[in-house]
Amino acid sequence: MAVMTYLEAIRQGMWEEMEKDDRVYILGEDIGAYGGAFKVTAGFLDRFGADRVIDTPISEAAIVGAAMGSALNGMRPIAEMQFIDFIACAFDQLTNMVSSTRWRWGASVPMVVRGPCGGGVHGGPFHSQNVEAYFFHTPGLKIVEPATAYDAKGLIKAAIRDDDPVLYFEHKFLYRRIKEDVPDGDYTVPLGKAALRREGGDATIVTYGAMVHTALEAAAMLETDGVQVEVIDLRSLVPLDEEAILTSVAKTSKVVVLHEDQRRGGIGGEIAAIISEKAFEHLDGPIVRVASLDTPVPYSAVLEEAFRPNAGKVVAAVKDLVRY
Amino acid sequence: MPSTPEKAPPRAASPLTRAQKSELLYWLKLNRALETRLANLFKQGKVSGGLYRSLGQEAISVGSAYALGPDDWYAPVIRNMGTCLVRGIQPGILISQYMARSIPVGGRDNALHFGFLDKGMVSTISPLGGLVSVMAGVALAFKIRGEKRVALTYSGDGQTSTGAWHEGVNFAGALSLPFVLIVENNGWAYSTPVTRQTRVRRLSDKAQAYGIAGETVDGNDVMAVYDASRRAIERAREGGGPTLLEAVTFRRLGHSEHDDARKYVPAEMFEEWEKKDPIDRFERHVTETRVMTRQEIDQLEARIETELDQAQSWAEAVPPPDPAGLTRGVFAED
Repeated sequence: MAVMTYLEAIRQGMWEEMEKDDRVYILGEDIGAYGGAFKVTAGFLDRFGADRVIDTPISEAAIVGAAMGSALNGMRPIAEMQFIDFIACAFDQLTNMVSSTRWRWGASVPMVVRGPCGGGVHGGPFHSQNVEAYFFHTPGLKIVEPATAYDAKGLIKAAIRDDDPVLYFEHKFLYRRIKEDVPDGDYTVPLGKAALRREGGDATIVTYGAMVHTALEAAAMLETDGVQVEVIDLRSLVPLDEEAILTSVAKTSKVVVLHEDQRRGGIGGEIAAIISEKAFEHLDGPIVRVASLDTPVPYSAVLEEAFRPNAGKVVAAVKDLVRY
Repeated sequence: MPSTPEKAPPRAASPLTRAQKSELLYWLKLNRALETRLANLFKQGKVSGGLYRSLGQEAISVGSAYALGPDDWYAPVIRNMGTCLVRGIQPGILISQYMARSIPVGGRDNALHFGFLDKGMVSTISPLGGLVSVMAGVALAFKIRGEKRVALTYSGDGQTSTGAWHEGVNFAGALSLPFVLIVENNGWAYSTPVTRQTRVRRLSDKAQAYGIAGETVDGNDVMAVYDASRRAIERAREGGGPTLLEAVTFRRLGHSEHDDARKYVPAEMFEEWEKKDPIDRFERHVTETRVMTRQEIDQLEARIETELDQAQSWAEAVPPPDPAGLTRGVFAED
């Protein structure tokens, strides 16, 4: 056991996989000598050499395309997007090429595309986005988003070992704010398994990523008012642990879906639909979404605070729902 | 408007043996005969969706594929059936594929959108440009592992206008990858002439922008295509980095079988390029240099028709896909 940050846990997970498996290599912008914009890959070039730690041109489409080609040809690439916002530049490669390959002609594409997502650090419209909804819709892409350092390490290792393309969204707000005991050595967190972060009988909050911490903060505030909230951390968005969601809904009958991504077309809508279709008889109130506003991500701190969900907004939503 | 290069690059005497020339003629004629047969099947309503032929462009697919080593990888684009044939894809598989039968990909995607990893063949997709970096990635894996193997793919003239194409070529150049890109300049991207794609008149000039080798070759001369491809492939294999090889030709049919190119391509171009037909031309070479006699060529053609009769019978017996399996294979666990 060692106390480490969320960022260090990602780094250690990749490092261990690269030591264990020659097929694993990393590519991206400024990841080698510079160690990455957030220093996630600091030290990798010295340890693994320039053949396996590849600084690329500013070319997200080519980074993702080349990662795929090398994956077809026996490698296990980890492609870094410097900010996850820039994954949009590789949208065609991911949604047409990478995602469809196994289904279209049976070829395995074992690759990871990872990068820092999310706001709360005043990054403005193009350094703060959450992009999961674009890819959640696309058949053939797996998506994970860890909330804890333990999961950050376990999920990156599982993603690297997976035989399908996995998008690994790491929340930059958590990089150095989350510190916890992480086991030394090898373990994985399986894709498609949610974690129950807090038990309670009055309402369920279904969430993931940085919002897990917001939900827990809200749950602590609600407890002082006598409201017991259950918090489910999805960890994986694709595959989605429907069973964990439905089990909790059957218990609490009231559910808030919380995500930092914008509300319209966010995956909260899909989760609400699943609950409505499969657990309607258990519901005792509307399925409520708490999400960011339907604008680009604003820059100014006061605007961003108004834009994003926070514990206060979650508390208000849960109180309304419990009273329903 | 494409034209043959004003000045042919200096060319060493063809290293092709007589036996190899006979093989090349076989592949060229097989390529054309198979596409002709598919056009008949299209008229009969047996080909599903579009049919994209390479009439007059066969020398590019055949000559370049013939120059690859056994362990090299390739990805065809839409008019490279000849490449697939030379690399061992059976004609029956191609007929079955165009009929949307359950082989080779369960009727899930059309035309040459399929691949076989065990044969080093990667599937293309319809959005243009992205395949360039995918094949650069195949080459990157060879380079990381220190293997002397090469990845080769194709692009049309139209594809050179895409951002993804640029990123792929630039990436391959910046990383000095063992990669060959053959730009098949047939003058027309659907209905748009190459003059509306770019102000560059010789597409191999674009290589200079990436610091890689560039060459333009007469795409209707199979021996020239073979020679230039071989040079590019060997350069890549020996660590000399990528090559952009432009093969100048002409699309003598529409974009797809339903499209009548005579509505937008000047009539005289068809006449001009029919005279430059790559198969007629190579056949003349083969007979004039006494590699094969007219009688032997007639026998070759008869043999090809017999092979294709058998291939067609085989393909027509392949069952259509079963919708029950439609949701399988999205992920490894399915």
